[in-house]
Amino acid sequence: MKQFLTALSLALFTTVGCAQDNPPFIETPETLSYSYEIVAEGIDIPWGLAFITPEDFLVTEKSGTLYRVVKGIKTAVEGLPPVYSRGQGGLLDIALHPEFNKNSVIYMTLSADVEEDGLGGNTALYSAKLVDTRLEDLKLLYKATPNTKKGQHWGSRIVFDQEGHLFFSIGDRGNRDENPQDINRDGGKIYRLTLDGSIPQDNPHVGIDGAKTAVYSYGHRNPQALVMHPETGVLWETEHGPRGGDEINIIQKGKNYGWPTITYGINYSGTPITDKKQMEGMEQPFYYWVPSIGPSGMAFSTSGVYPDWKGNLFAGSLAFQYLERLVIENNKVVKREKVLDQIGRVRNVVQGPDGFLYVGVEGKGILKIIPNS
Amino acid sequence: MKLFLLLYGLSVGAFAAFMFPEKTKTESIEAGAEIYQDFCVQCHLPTGVGVSGVFPPLKDSDFLRNNIDMSIAGLKYGLKGKIVVNDEEYNGIMASQGLDNEEIADVMNYILNSWGNSYTGQITTEQVELISETILPTE
Repeated sequence: MKQFLTALSLALFTTVGCAQDNPPFIETPETLSYSYEIVAEGIDIPWGLAFITPEDFLVTEKSGTLYRVVKGIKTAVEGLPPVYSRGQGGLLDIALHPEFNKNSVIYMTLSADVEEDGLGGNTALYSAKLVDTRLEDLKLLYKATPNTKKGQHWGSRIVFDQEGHLFFSIGDRGNRDENPQDINRDGGKIYRLTLDGSIPQDNPHVGIDGAKTAVYSYGHRNPQALVMHPETGVLWETEHGPRGGDEINIIQKGKNYGWPTITYGINYSGTPITDKKQMEGMEQPFYYWVPSIGPSGMAFSTSGVYPDWKGNLFAGSLAFQYLERLVIENNKVVKREKVLDQIGRVRNVVQGPDGFLYVGVEGKGILKIIPNS
Repeated sequence: MKLFLLLYGLSVGAFAAFMFPEKTKTESIEAGAEIYQDFCVQCHLPTGVGVSGVFPPLKDSDFLRNNIDMSIAGLKYGLKGKIVVNDEEYNGIMASQGLDNEEIADVMNYILNSWGNSYTGQITTEQVELISETILPTE
């Protein structure tokens, strides 16, 4: 009887979760339909991942090394700009120009102190030409100001749409009271530029005196995943909230996502930030995670390589050390499941050009998920 | 001559203290509290208890008590690989946070004197400066 009760309570615990958790509750599958292999190893914090071909890709290591990995052999790329490695900052995302095959151009976001605007650093976007394992023609396209010695919330991810725009994210830089709600200040924003770094004339704040005209949306805390939805072509984002406030957002031009005026989270210490979860003129998240999973990296599986996972969303969990699979039906998250449970802190997930999912795991490197045949 | 040497020594010491003032322990702990909120709290949590099996505790931690120099080196250079804290194994990565030596001294003084931890001495900037990467465990 006792055993039965234990089993029953375990079953209840694992399926129902805690009372305040936000449904659907995370599930752990009983049998696994996949295995994995390591395609690049010995990378402490693999932040960004960009594929040239399935066997030739670029990986950023947060402390400041860019690797080119060819058939499993990794070589450090030379010619990087100086990286200001402090707190959560360092060398962040990397992305290939949509016409990389013609022009060899790459984009990177990183923490920089290049401008003479005070001690510390802020997030910067660079472009460069990749020549074998060397960067040439380095250009600083955007640098957030002012510098600060705060260690938190640099973002950052880079993504493109089909209309010649580049989007990238910067977190609130540990200054939630001043940055995210003020369009005249950097930080807590998603930015949109053209591919050469200039400001698109139809950006929402163009023509407004004093506004940061690169801003596309605001009111963000620390966005560490951006991806274009494969069917709608709309920008999806995840961001680290405070305790219990991690979010998935669907990003629309000019909209305010509410941080820190509204949030589902509380301070790490348990004290409240605000009593407001919604407000007129501020967007609600598509989904919010309670408890916080620490979301970093996001990808839709569209290839059919994993038949049961087609159309699902995948998000890395730094806090609980798994990759999360989210099933979305009728514009709602209806199921959440652990993939690669206990694998380590998952920093990034990308669908490769071969349709496989590749996962950046701290201390391990880049893992390729292989479906059971 | 003795007096001269004594005065000389005193004035050099005073000059050094003027140029590189060390905070009092209380000041250092206060400054360290702010560093902790900025750089440490997300993993080690406001009460220093960490997350069992993932982020080691700093509160009442035998590893910290017995390996102060190595902990300082971990803050300076980053710490990775297997460690055992209060009989529990941890095998993660703490990246170097890019703190300067004074900030490391401050946050160490805060950690060593918070949540019931107590440390009679004071970690100084100079002490942090002298600690090298070589005392870290090699893989």
